[in-house]
Amino acid sequence: MVPQDLRYTKEHEWVRVVGDMATVGITDYAAEQLGDIVFVELPEIGRAVVQATAIGVIESVKAVSDLFAPIGGEVVESNSELSTQPELVNSDPFGKGWMLRVKVDDADQVGGLLDAAAYEALIAEA
Amino acid sequence: MATPLADRHAALGARMVEFAGWMMPLQYTGILEEHRAVRSRAGLFDLSHMGEIFVEGPEAADGLGLALTSNPGALKVGRAQYSMICFPDGGILDDLIVYRLADQRFMIVANASNSAAVSDALTARLAGLKLVLDDRSLATALVAIQGPRAAAIIGPLTDVDLTALRHYAIAEGTVAGVPALVARTGYTGEDGFEVFVEIGAGAVVWDALMAAGKAEGIVPVGLGARDTLRLEAGMPLYGNELGPDSTPFEAGLGRVVAFTKEGDFVGRAALAKAADEPRKRLVGLAVRGRGIARHGYEVFRGDRRTGIVTSGTLSPTLGDPIAMAYVAPSDAEPGTILEVAIRDQRVPAEVVALPFYKRPS
Repeated sequence: MVPQDLRYTKEHEWVRVVGDMATVGITDYAAEQLGDIVFVELPEIGRAVVQATAIGVIESVKAVSDLFAPIGGEVVESNSELSTQPELVNSDPFGKGWMLRVKVDDADQVGGLLDAAAYEALIAEA
Repeated sequence: MATPLADRHAALGARMVEFAGWMMPLQYTGILEEHRAVRSRAGLFDLSHMGEIFVEGPEAADGLGLALTSNPGALKVGRAQYSMICFPDGGILDDLIVYRLADQRFMIVANASNSAAVSDALTARLAGLKLVLDDRSLATALVAIQGPRAAAIIGPLTDVDLTALRHYAIAEGTVAGVPALVARTGYTGEDGFEVFVEIGAGAVVWDALMAAGKAEGIVPVGLGARDTLRLEAGMPLYGNELGPDSTPFEAGLGRVVAFTKEGDFVGRAALAKAADEPRKRLVGLAVRGRGIARHGYEVFRGDRRTGIVTSGTLSPTLGDPIAMAYVAPSDAEPGTILEVAIRDQRVPAEVVALPFYKRPS
């Protein structure tokens, strides 16, 4: 299931952009591939992140995976619930499993992200 | 290669992975859920990838005594022992379970990844003796049922008297009407049984156990949870804790080396030396921070690198990160505080006695 109103990266992050504020998470496909997620390490509030760089870590029982910034800007909020309930990323990756809110520094970056159709095609090939 | 249960795994929606040349289920519903089912109820495993090598003849016991570190000749009929086969230099070729099926008949169960190498080494080491070696790895299906409800589930399906079948014992009988070897062994830290049958009968046994276990909440369990279960139980995995660069003593398993048995055995001289001069020690680590210490991560004591993590996970039972690591012998005392390099951080980890989990008795 790929929500139509989001943008995506090839690294399986999703972004919801409203005005200059972006909400970021990982997709259902990514969460399922990782399996049971047990730790999520997110960047500090106030940190400036650069698009496509590693900014966090997601650990499942069997693997560790980087979280890449799908968009550049300043981290203004992170999902504190994930520190005690990382399993929310598995159960509700597009909802309660969100990870960061980023104040976008250049809205043009959004245009470079995949739309839902392109992302669906990407995971269909995988 | 595919196990005889491949279509069962597909029907159950398993995620499959290649392991030692076999397509095996990694997980069905999820590692945590499967792990907890084995600890609290029962889980069913397809282990048909493992090696089963039969050795029979008047010199079988003596021959295996020469080829392995343990003393199979000391086993009573119907009993099993954990053993190893070592290289002449004392390094570990594989860890094994040896079952004595009759006075002159043994079954050796080897890891899938080493099955051919063990078979080859035994063939070479047993050459010229009055015995027959029969590698039945590809002709045998192995289904394991593990967990506190395992005995209640398999009991009605077998003519083997389970009350008389002790831990590390084996008996011949039937399961679901199929001729089987039923062993009370496993790799989870729970009570449980391993059922060896002809390959064509694997699905019959699997289906019967799944059906009989339904009311008890049995679930199929993949290699993912098999790994977390054995790690909590402090059991080594070949390729992680065991290998040609480690001796049984370094792995804390010196009990598998029977220096008291008569005659020579492969690796004896090297192992006698290794017993007194371990280069490293396998320890348990309770990781006191966030993040999982995984295979290959470096371990430090202060600024000094002392070793390397061999396996690590978040313990589903304890809720805390656990690991096993090889460290310098001087850093192996329980209570010692070490550090694991997890990405760019040094995370404290305390040396603890193994196992991490012991089932309530």
